[in-house]
Amino acid sequence: MKMVLKKVCVVACAMVCLIGLSGNAAIADDVLKMATTTSTDNTGLLDYLAPVFKADTGIELQWVAVGTGKALALGGNCDVDVLLVHAPAAEMTYVQEGSGIDRTELMYNDFVFIGPPSDPAGVKGTSVKDALGVIASKKASFASRGDNSGTHQKELELWEHAQLAVPDKETWYIQTGQGMMNTINIAAERDAYTLTDRGTYIKYESNWKGKAPLVILVEGDASLRNQYSAIAVNPQKCSNVKYDLAKRFIAWMASDKTQKLIADFELMGKQLFIPNAK
Amino acid sequence: MDYIAQGFIRSIELLLSGDHETYSAIFTTLRISSLSIIASLIIGIPFGFLLGYFEFPGKRQVRAVVDTLLALPTVVVGLFVYAFISRRGPCGELGILFTISGIAVAQTILITPIVISLTATAVESLDRRLRATLVALGARGRQILITSLMEARYAVLVAAVTAYGRAISEVGISMMIGGNIKWHTRTITTAIALETGKGDFAVGMALGIVLLTFALVVNSSLTLLKKRS
Repeated sequence: MKMVLKKVCVVACAMVCLIGLSGNAAIADDVLKMATTTSTDNTGLLDYLAPVFKADTGIELQWVAVGTGKALALGGNCDVDVLLVHAPAAEMTYVQEGSGIDRTELMYNDFVFIGPPSDPAGVKGTSVKDALGVIASKKASFASRGDNSGTHQKELELWEHAQLAVPDKETWYIQTGQGMMNTINIAAERDAYTLTDRGTYIKYESNWKGKAPLVILVEGDASLRNQYSAIAVNPQKCSNVKYDLAKRFIAWMASDKTQKLIADFELMGKQLFIPNAK
Repeated sequence: MDYIAQGFIRSIELLLSGDHETYSAIFTTLRISSLSIIASLIIGIPFGFLLGYFEFPGKRQVRAVVDTLLALPTVVVGLFVYAFISRRGPCGELGILFTISGIAVAQTILITPIVISLTATAVESLDRRLRATLVALGARGRQILITSLMEARYAVLVAAVTAYGRAISEVGISMMIGGNIKWHTRTITTAIALETGKGDFAVGMALGIVLLTFALVVNSSLTLLKKRS
């Protein structure tokens, strides 16, 4: 018994060491670290583009999917090399203060208001302004990202446009602090309305194979446009960043070939992002 | 209710078919927890021995601190390590935020107190006459250390296994320091958190089964070791 135990221990230790060491060997040189919004990850767009990027350039793209606010903060701390985000106003400030350079617009889609098909507040087909007004006056549940992400910033902007105070402490206003797909799921569980980018919603719809518990209720307003851009972290501010790789990534994203790939990215026969690099 | 059963069936399929995503998370978890257990044993065993073997002023206070650290919350470790290894932080030059090494460092901090505390207890509970005998036989420094640890080996192994169990099952550090990067720092626990949030239960369940299996192995070896010690 003692012998068996000893053997087991030796084998276990050997395995542990082997696995530990093999991990160190696997670190590649050309790794580009990106912070991005949850929508590019949740929809599967990056899973679809990263292998092509690797084949074309030999660079391995690694990304953390956080809200745009956090992504900008990660860039500000020099913890990533490049950003793929969607909050134009915040991005401009970010570039102006010298944290980022080479901001390049790459693609867009739009935001939509989704909610339960029964539409308890009756917002279907109304304008954004009216929809928010009705939701607030009827105290219908509304799920907010609440994480300073691009979508959250857009939502705050929409409340402001509608000349309504952000219902920060109202019980019907659910601030999830989580990614877009998580927030949609929370909204579905709570029978709430929420604002989402169309890409993540299409992905959600396809997860449910067309029988999604939340449907699009308000769309098409000019204020709902959702622009995605890439920004390189400024090497003058962060000497550690791999600016050359970031530059190649941005150029690759804006190339005709990749723009076509983005246009071809579909779920349930629906296009998720419309390329618009100049 | 249907989706739970379906998720369970698909999770078995994922495991049997060798799904890359699932196994990537499993190997990442093993890699990280292996690194952190090795590091924590290297640091923890000598300190645990010193703490258990010698009498010195303030020993009880040190012991109290180490025992308090047993309940170190993972998110607090995550917070501090993040602040230190962010490129803006004091150890930023290392560039280990969002890497396996970064998670391993933070997990080492998390589990080293477990190794220290349990090793100290193991050494303390050795027969007092052992020490006298060793000294009488002319054993010095390192010889005393090694012989004492050999005498307490099962209890020290219990410490190692307990620490390992804590490392593979924690989620806070892996999420905060690792960033849940697919194919790279996505571990079993962060993948489960992500998939549940996305509403995809099959992958989560598959990984849950694996984690439970690990827990079972860890716990049954604990029981076995405790019997021996």
